[in-house]
Amino acid sequence: MSAETAAPAGDLPAIRLDAPRAAALGAIARKEAPALKARVENLSFWYGDKQALFDISMPIHERRVTALIGPSGCGKSTLLRCFNRMHDLYPGNRYAGRIVLEPEGIDIIAPKTDPMIPRLRIGMVFQKPNPFPKSIYENVAAGLRIRGVRNRAILDEQVEKSLRRAALWEEVKDRLHASAYDLSGGQQQRLCIARALAPEPELLLLDEPTSALDPIATAHIEALIDELRENYTIVIVTHNMQQAARVSQYTAFLHLGKLIEFGPTEEVFTRPRKSMTQDYITGRFG
Amino acid sequence: MPDLIRRHTVHSFDEELEHLTRQILRMGGLVEQQLATAVRALVDRDEAAAEEVIARDDQVDELEEAIDQEAIRILATRQPLAVDLRMVAMALKISNDLERMADYASNIAKRARSLLEQPALKPLVTIPRMAEVCQEMLRLVLEAYATRDPEKALVAWKRDGEVDQLYVSLFRELLTYILEDPRKTGACIDLLFVAKNLERFGDHTTNIAEKIHYIVYGNRINRMVVEES
Amino acid sequence: MATAPIAAETLRFVRRSRQRDLWFATLALVILFAACLTLFGLIADLVIRGAPHIDRDFFTSYPSRRPADAGILSAWVGTVVVMAVTAVIAIPLGVAAGVYLEEYARRSLFTDIIEINIANLAAVPSIIYGLLALGLFVYGAGFGSTILTAGVTLALLILPVIIVATREALRSLPREMREGAFALGADRWQVVSMFLLPAARPGIMTGVIVGLSRAIGETAPLITIGALTFIAFLPPPPFTPEFPWISLDWLWSPFTVLPIQMFNWVSRPQPAFHELAAAAGVVLLALTLVMNGLAIYIRYRDRARRVLG
Repeated sequence: MSAETAAPAGDLPAIRLDAPRAAALGAIARKEAPALKARVENLSFWYGDKQALFDISMPIHERRVTALIGPSGCGKSTLLRCFNRMHDLYPGNRYAGRIVLEPEGIDIIAPKTDPMIPRLRIGMVFQKPNPFPKSIYENVAAGLRIRGVRNRAILDEQVEKSLRRAALWEEVKDRLHASAYDLSGGQQQRLCIARALAPEPELLLLDEPTSALDPIATAHIEALIDELRENYTIVIVTHNMQQAARVSQYTAFLHLGKLIEFGPTEEVFTRPRKSMTQDYITGRFG
Repeated sequence: MPDLIRRHTVHSFDEELEHLTRQILRMGGLVEQQLATAVRALVDRDEAAAEEVIARDDQVDELEEAIDQEAIRILATRQPLAVDLRMVAMALKISNDLERMADYASNIAKRARSLLEQPALKPLVTIPRMAEVCQEMLRLVLEAYATRDPEKALVAWKRDGEVDQLYVSLFRELLTYILEDPRKTGACIDLLFVAKNLERFGDHTTNIAEKIHYIVYGNRINRMVVEES
Repeated sequence: MATAPIAAETLRFVRRSRQRDLWFATLALVILFAACLTLFGLIADLVIRGAPHIDRDFFTSYPSRRPADAGILSAWVGTVVVMAVTAVIAIPLGVAAGVYLEEYARRSLFTDIIEINIANLAAVPSIIYGLLALGLFVYGAGFGSTILTAGVTLALLILPVIIVATREALRSLPREMREGAFALGADRWQVVSMFLLPAARPGIMTGVIVGLSRAIGETAPLITIGALTFIAFLPPPPFTPEFPWISLDWLWSPFTVLPIQMFNWVSRPQPAFHELAAAAGVVLLALTLVMNGLAIYIRYRDRARRVLG
C-alpha cells in the first residue's frame, strides 16, 4: 500500500470508488443489460459416447465476469473448454448446437470453423499454473511469437504492458530472463494471465485459476479479475462459491451437464430461483 | 413455500442456525412478557410491576448483544449464502426490532409509574385493547418466525391497521378530556405517549413480519398486491 | 483395557513386515554385488592386459603383422566417421518419425501396425540388419562396402531406439503444456517446434546417445556388409584445398571400426595380438563411457537450468 492511501493508525480509510468502477456498478444497479460477447445456443457435448453437456443456452455479456459453478463433474470445465475448442485436441469428442462469438456472429464450434480462429481470439488460464519451461519474458511473448511478431520493440512493449496488467511487473522487472519456474505458484498463475493477455484476447477463459493457490495469491488474482473486467469479457469456472459471488456479475449453475440456473450473481446468491441451486450454494447438497 | 427443511452437509451449521432461531424466539418471548407486565402495571396501578419491567430491560439488551455476536460469528465462519444468508442477516435486524420494542414496553412502564402520582382517570379501555392486538401480532409473528411461515406473518402484518385506528380514536378521546378539564392534561399526555409507544410497537411487529417474508422468498411484501386481496 | 492386545498384535504385524523387507533387501544386495563384481573383474582384466599398450603410437599407427608396430589409427577414425554418418541420418529421421507418430498421426490401424513394427524392430538381431543392408545398399543401391553403407545400416539399427525415446519424451510432457500452447492459438508445428521439442530435448538426447552407444559396439552387421579387417590407409579428407573445399569422397571409402579390429586381433594365434585387442577394448569402453557421461550431463544440465529457450 502506498504512502498516501495508508490510513492513520487505528482508523480505516474511507472507501472510494474510481469513476469507471462507479459507472460500471451504477450500470449493474440500474439493471442495464450490457452487450453480448457470445451466445451459447442449445450446446450439447459428448466425450465419445458419454454425453457431458445437455442443451445449454446462455449469454456471455461483454465486459462482465460470468461464473460457472456446480459440483465436481457437472460439466463446468467442459463447457469452458468448448469456447476455445480444447476438446478438439483429443479424438472422439463431439459438439452439437452453437457458440456464437460476437460481433461477427461466427459459430465457434461449427466443424467448418478452424479451431485456431477462436484460439487466436480467446485467451485461457488453466487450473494448474502451466508456464512454459522458458524465461518469464518468453512466456509472455509466446502468444505474440506464435502470431509472427518478431519486432523486438513491439515484443518488449507488449510484455511489459501485459505484466503490468497482470500486476506482476514490479515483482519481475529485474529478472525477466530468469526461468518462469523460479516464481511462486501465485506469481506463476499471474504470469499465465499475462501470457493470455499479451495477444489482446477478446474473451478470457479462467478454469479454476486459484484452486492451487494460497489465500493471499488468490486475493491478488481476484483483485486482478476485478481490474480486467473494465477491458475484457471473462468466463471463470470456480468451485469456490464465495469467489464466484465476489468476482462475477453473472452466474450459471450447472448440474450433471445441464444448466439449472443463470442470472445476475447477486440474485443467484441471495435468492436463487431453483431449490437445487439453493441446496448447492448453501452446502445442503447430496 | 420453498423447501427449507433439508439439512446442511455440515450438521454443526444447522445447529448454529437453530440456536440463533431459538435465541430470537427467547428474546421475542421476553418482549411479549415485558409488554404484558407494563400494561398490567398501567391498568392495575401496580408500581412493583412497573419497576420490574424497567429493571428487566437490561436482560433484553444482553440477549440482543448475544444474538449479534452469534450472527457475526456465523457470517465470518460459514459465509452463508442464499436462504442462510437471509436468515442470519435478518436475525440481526429482527433482534434490533425486538430491542426497540422492549424499549417501548419499558417506556410504558415509566409512564405508568408517573401516572401513579396523579389521580386516576376513567377506567382504561382503548389502551388495553391496543396492547392486546399488539401482543397477538407479536405472538403470530414469533410463531411465523419459528415455522418460517410467511402466511402467518402476513396475517400479523395486516392487523397493524387496527392498532393505528385505535390510536387515532384514542388521540381524539384524550383531546376532548383535556378540553373538558385542563387539570387532567398531565395524565392525558402520559397516556398519549403510552398509546404512541404501542403504535410504534405494532409498527416494529410488522417490520418483523416483512423480514420473515424476506427470509422465505428473498423479496419484500408487495403492498399493492396484499392490500388489494 | 482393550488397547494392550491390539498394540501387541500391531507390533507383531509391523515386525513381520520389517522382516520381509529385510530379507528381500539382503537378497537383492547379494545379487547386485555378484553382478557388479563380475563386471569389475572383466573390466579390470581388460585394463590390466591392455593398458600397457595404450600410448601415442597405438593411436597413430596402422595395423601391422608385427604386434609391436600395430595400432588402431584406421579403426578409430573409421568408428568416428561411421558414427557421424549414423548420427546425421538417424537423429533427424528418428526424431521426425517420433514427432509424427506422437503429435500428428491420428490413431488408426495403420499407426497401430507401425507402432508394433517399431517395437519389434528394436528387438531384431543386428545381423538381420546386416543381411538387409547387404542386399539393399551394397548390391541393390550399389553403395558397395563403404562408410556410407555402414552409416546407413547402423542408422537403421538405432532408428527404433530414437523413435521410441522421442515418443516417450514427448508423452511425458505435461498435458497442460500442450494445451497451454494450443490455447494461445499455436498451430501444430509451432506447438512442436517452439514448446514440445525444447522441453523434450533431454529425453530425446538420452535416447540418441543410448542408440549411438549401441551402434558403436556393433560388429556383426558391419562384417556382413563387408567391412575390411585390415586397412592401412585413411579415407580421403572431407576438406580439399581447391573449390568447393568440401569433398564427400570419404563416404565411398572402405573402412574398418574398433570392434572389427578387435575381432581380427582376437582371432589370431599370437598372445601379443590378444593384448592389443584388450587395449582396443579399453579405448572402445572409454568411448562408450564418455558418451553415456555426456547423456547424463545433458540431462542434469537441462534439469538444473530448466530454461530451455
